Amino acid sequence: MTARIEGIGASAGIAIARAFILENPSLDVSVKKIDDADAEISRFNEAVDKAKVELEAIKEKANEQLGEDKAAIFAAHLLVLSDPELLDNVKGKIKDDQLNAESAMSEVSNMFISMFESMDNEYMKERAADIRDVSKRVLAHLLGVQFTTPASITEKVVIIAEDLTPSDTAQLNREYVQGFATDIGGRTSHSAIMARSMEIPAVVGTKDVTKQVENGQLVIVDGIEGKVIVDPDEEVMNEYKTKQENYEKQKKEWAKLVNEPTVTSDEQHIELAANIGTPEDVKGVLENGAEGIGLYRTEFLYMGRTELPSEEEQFKAYRTVLEKMEEKPVVIRTLDIGGDKELPYLDLPKELNPFLGFRAIRLCLDKTDIFKTQLRALLRASVYGNLKVMFPMIATLDEFRQAKQFLLEVKEELKSEGNEVSDEIEVGMMVEIPSTAVMADQFAKEVDFFSIGTNDLIQYTMAADRMNEKVSYLYQPYNPAILRLVKMVIDAAHKENKWAGMCGEMAGDATAIPILLGLGLDEFSMSATSVLPARSQLSKLSKEDAASRAKEILELSTNTEVVEYVNKHFNA
Amino acid sequence: MAEKTFNVTSESGIHARPATTLVNKAGQYSSDITLEYKGKSVNLKSIMGVMSLGIQTGSEVTIKAEGSDADEAIAGLSEVMEKEGLGE
Repeated sequence: MTARIEGIGASAGIAIARAFILENPSLDVSVKKIDDADAEISRFNEAVDKAKVELEAIKEKANEQLGEDKAAIFAAHLLVLSDPELLDNVKGKIKDDQLNAESAMSEVSNMFISMFESMDNEYMKERAADIRDVSKRVLAHLLGVQFTTPASITEKVVIIAEDLTPSDTAQLNREYVQGFATDIGGRTSHSAIMARSMEIPAVVGTKDVTKQVENGQLVIVDGIEGKVIVDPDEEVMNEYKTKQENYEKQKKEWAKLVNEPTVTSDEQHIELAANIGTPEDVKGVLENGAEGIGLYRTEFLYMGRTELPSEEEQFKAYRTVLEKMEEKPVVIRTLDIGGDKELPYLDLPKELNPFLGFRAIRLCLDKTDIFKTQLRALLRASVYGNLKVMFPMIATLDEFRQAKQFLLEVKEELKSEGNEVSDEIEVGMMVEIPSTAVMADQFAKEVDFFSIGTNDLIQYTMAADRMNEKVSYLYQPYNPAILRLVKMVIDAAHKENKWAGMCGEMAGDATAIPILLGLGLDEFSMSATSVLPARSQLSKLSKEDAASRAKEILELSTNTEVVEYVNKHFNA
Repeated sequence: MAEKTFNVTSESGIHARPATTLVNKAGQYSSDITLEYKGKSVNLKSIMGVMSLGIQTGSEVTIKAEGSDADEAIAGLSEVMEKEGLGE
């Protein structure tokens, strides 16, 4: 019987193969008193040695397939297994407390895990996960439980698991693993990111795929639509084989567009840019042929550490990105922190409504020392490329004026110190708060550009928390209310000869693209992997035709009507 | 006994990969080797000990070695500190 399981498409593509269930064995440790401590200690040593041999093999494989960088984590795992603090503590417990090796090991590793978890530093907290990983490996050997690892796979399979840990993904062999599906996770979880970088189809967040699939069953993973099909009949099988071929064909077609400009069928040029979080992401931007960076989220520089990043450190990061992009435009957003994105070292009070609270530009205009350091770094980096500075969460014109004035003051200060600063820097703002969309005609006189942040614009317009599943039905990107706001922003920009871009999820969405083209959006910024599909889609659309369709779309009444309209007229 | 004090210059302090290299090196000597930071002292052959200190840039650390190859240990570890850009 064919069964269909819904999940989240984490990495596009179709995989068809037999299921390989990756189980996490239950490691129930019972506390026992032992008589022969020496025998117990040698049993413990044996288990540690076996775990080391395993880890060496994983490290080798990771080195070959993922590079030295990614393999470094296993070198750290191996060191944990030779750590005298850990080993001596376990042996001490076996000897002094006559504890069995299993319970001594789990007691000691739990102690270290909670020590690392309680540290005020994201990096150290992640190390707790490493110790847990290592400790599980040793316990499995002590208990004689088989640990199924992806490294043992030698035929083409689709992996089915609750979740994939870093050590699991490092062992995935591209030759055999066609795709995977997991119970938990979202588009940004570790497993999803790995799947996209390895370019294998994946579906995450299915809740119970591990319960619905048996080892060896034929499975289809549809990473495009986020579906898993178990035991497909012939008809379904043929349907997906065609879908798979079409996707592969499409991918080849996309690859041809890497070095091409984005042009519509009626010869209109559109700028396709990518969003990044760190300088390392620039590689993906260039590989996917983006024409610029439409959003560099600088908050990652501030996260996972115990103190603010220095001016020098920020300068280096900004300069690297600008240089790598050569003269292509790079929009760098100033710090968008506070609210749900916390920085423990700032010691900000907890808020009841963080999304409506003290965050982003509101925080920067108050804590001007933090803001100043960032602006200095940005302005110093400006001579290395085509920098555009963007302020997040602007609600009023006063805020924008204040931020821009501050930027000009910092610029003067830098110049008087003898630093070079570019005079060509555009200064713009995010449009995320409905008040700015409504007042866009006034803002347009003072900004150099707008970039619409749809995730927040939708949640603020619909008054629906996007983290709250109960109101997720209100997250309606195609609701004419949103589209009308978007139109107001684009029209206001064009009236003042400014440009309007979009850097939210919506900019890379196949349903939204024809509408946005019709509304006159100048720049679309999306995740790097969406750039080529978007370029391909835009090359088949006529801007003139889309514009007249957009007029009709703005007269529709609901989200559903808009989706139906687009499917009928554009994606048929 | 031999010892040497370093000023930590690495921007991210001592953690991750450099810590791994340092602990690996310490493991090559038979001497007892400790790392002192802000009044706390840990076994330099223990990765968890070293990481648990959470050493920040700009601070002072002291490496002490006691045993038959104490001098060689200090020399070897100094080399690692410098080569890894950890401190001087």
